[in-house]
Amino acid sequence: MSWAFLCDLLSGVNKYSTGIGRIWVAVVFIFCLLVYVAAAENIWKHEYDEFECNIKQPGCENVCFDHFFPVSHIRLWALQLIMASTPSLLVVFHVASRENREKHHNQKLYRNPGNIDGGLLCTYLISLILKTGFEIVFLVLFDKLYNGFKIPHLVKCDIKLCPNTVDCYISKPTEIIFLYFLVATSCLCIVLNPSELSYLIFKYSIKCYPKRHVNKQQ
Amino acid sequence: MDWGALHTILGGVNKHSTSIGKIWLTVLFIFRIMILVVAAERVWGDEQQDFVCNTLQPGCRNVCYDHFFPISHIRLWALQLIFVSTPALLVAMHVAYRRHEKKRQFRKGDQKCEYKDIEEIRKQRFRIEGSLWWTYTSSIFFRLIFEAVFMYAFYFMYDGFRMPRLMKCNAWPCPNTVDCFVSRPTEKTVFTIFMIAVSSICILLNVAELCYLLTKFFLRRSKKAGNLKQQPNHENKEETKQNEMNELISDSCQNTVIGFSS
Repeated sequence: MSWAFLCDLLSGVNKYSTGIGRIWVAVVFIFCLLVYVAAAENIWKHEYDEFECNIKQPGCENVCFDHFFPVSHIRLWALQLIMASTPSLLVVFHVASRENREKHHNQKLYRNPGNIDGGLLCTYLISLILKTGFEIVFLVLFDKLYNGFKIPHLVKCDIKLCPNTVDCYISKPTEIIFLYFLVATSCLCIVLNPSELSYLIFKYSIKCYPKRHVNKQQ
Repeated sequence: MDWGALHTILGGVNKHSTSIGKIWLTVLFIFRIMILVVAAERVWGDEQQDFVCNTLQPGCRNVCYDHFFPISHIRLWALQLIFVSTPALLVAMHVAYRRHEKKRQFRKGDQKCEYKDIEEIRKQRFRIEGSLWWTYTSSIFFRLIFEAVFMYAFYFMYDGFRMPRLMKCNAWPCPNTVDCFVSRPTEKTVFTIFMIAVSSICILLNVAELCYLLTKFFLRRSKKAGNLKQQPNHENKEETKQNEMNELISDSCQNTVIGFSS
């Protein structure tokens, strides 16, 4: 059980998505998940071992690392991927409940249970809002925790447990350019989700408008 | 054998669960098992290696580590997840037993058996009533007990859910009180709180499912009692069938099949 499980879940979601939704799934798969597994995990693998401080005082390195990296970038990235993908499951649940209702009644209640209309449209819109919300929250969290998205070569640590101000060096600070990659992908997802929201609202309004117009004329 | 095997086993139980049970299963797999495998195991991966004590005394670090971490968080969580998932196997075994009985009836050529072929028996979804209701309710009850026991064990063993940066150790053979430093204490605290929060959500879901099953049970009993009072002398088979149909229609809004892709 690993990221393949999330891949399977998202593939199931793809079936009931709009065109923009499928682009979102592709962006998440290729630019987030694949980059995470293929590159990012290896960059951050030895972040702790290769974090060196100019001191022999036992425990000072531990404490300084904990102060500058309260939650590792890679864990935040993993959490972001999981939380941003999960709202799509609401749509899958709703479609499954529609199919089950048809089975119980033994008749066709919906033209197509996967059609985004009625209650499923509300569920879909809520999932889009939640996805966007999670992406924004994690970006803000990254910014607040690390004072922006830059990783310096050297940090000065003056935690009480260290005898005085100590120079600490971070491993692979430049390779953490992958962080910009993550930020760019998150921003793209943040743009895609509201676009899909607007598209669905626009499409639904166009569908409803002629009906209302005809009703008014009658 | 890994967590995928548990997923395969529990996926089969999913079909016979209530909606709340299916949500519980989803929360279990995504927010507990997946987080454990993908994130938490990496955070705790180097815990002993990077547990540093301010002493050169051989053996002191080992003894202090063992004193403060009798059972690692990761192993406790893995145990908790296994224990919490296991009661669902009771339901799986009961369903398998029922299927076996139906297949035996079918093979004997029993006229009571309403199935056309073995495949239909294999695919059939059993309603949670009768003895299966008791099995299902017991499994939820055991789940609740295991969750509570493990949460208490965590709290008791680690004096709360916070991981301190510094621990003072004076276990033998350390010469005096020695400062020991834990690796990544903040990250460990964050993940501990996350896992505890998700455990609490799972407990709430189990309580809700238990209440739902009890409510359904008492409603069914009162409906049957009501029907018997109206016609005490003879059972009108058609009316009871109509009542069952009505129950089915009202239940269909609650008992939903949630697709759980594998």
